[in-house]
Amino acid sequence: MKSAVVVFPGLNRERDMVTALEKIGGTPPAVVWHKDTDLPDVDLIVIPGGFSYGDYLRAGAIAARSPMMDIIRDRAEKGVKVLGVCNGFQILTEAGLLPGVLMRNASLKFVCREVKLKIANADTAFTGRYSDGQVIRCPVAHHDGNYFAETDTLKSIEDNGQVVFRYAEGSNPNGSLNDIAGITNAKGNVLGMMPHPENLIEPEHGGEDGRALFAGLLN
Amino acid sequence: MKARVIVTLKNGVLDPQGKAIEGSLASLGFAGVDSVRQGKVFDVELSTADAVSAKKELESICEKLLANTVIENYAVEIIG
Repeated sequence: MKSAVVVFPGLNRERDMVTALEKIGGTPPAVVWHKDTDLPDVDLIVIPGGFSYGDYLRAGAIAARSPMMDIIRDRAEKGVKVLGVCNGFQILTEAGLLPGVLMRNASLKFVCREVKLKIANADTAFTGRYSDGQVIRCPVAHHDGNYFAETDTLKSIEDNGQVVFRYAEGSNPNGSLNDIAGITNAKGNVLGMMPHPENLIEPEHGGEDGRALFAGLLN
Repeated sequence: MKARVIVTLKNGVLDPQGKAIEGSLASLGFAGVDSVRQGKVFDVELSTADAVSAKKELESICEKLLANTVIENYAVEIIG
């Protein structure tokens, strides 16, 4: 499987993402700068974490309106898988590829720690190597991860099984509605998540709980 | 044409920053403050001299970028 990592100015987790994709998938992903006018023909597009455009206006708002996002939207409509982690998730919601919005953490604090994540839907292209209800460890590092959606939208993503990751009981670091940590679009080929699975893929990280996400996608 | 755009959080959307400001005001002794909601102000200059088209343009600007209408409302005011 071929993958690409898209880099916007201000992102800082692209190296970790490239390492995870290469170590688990066996081949290095293409790294695409946001100004590039073409995106290689890949099966998986990843938008990593960081602080695109300094989080000016709203986290992810400026990157979401870039021409590169039009290309990504077009590929997503054609069924290409898209993964957004942390700022990548914020960018995907701002671009309208995923419903809802990520607001300032309820605590107002930047949260950098490990949380427990519950797999809320293992029947997706991203979570097939996990099982429903399984609890995994995963690091988070964000200031704006407080998921919010209007009542109707929330009901619809819950009813459609689009909530894929939830913070396990007592683990919600940001005040997210329904403990939501990651969601897909209705079609299931776009996933956004606040936690960083790319940072828990080998024993040197202290665990490998994030590995199955990439293994399922890439192999 | 100068205009001012005000973006505010919709009613019912949690505003932790507003709450923190409320707490700070209370600790400063402002006992009469019931609620604070934080918003954003944008002062925009447009090349057009026509207020109607300026307002239309600004509404489009708000919908497309300045406001996230999932959680925010906006108001456009032409200053002159």
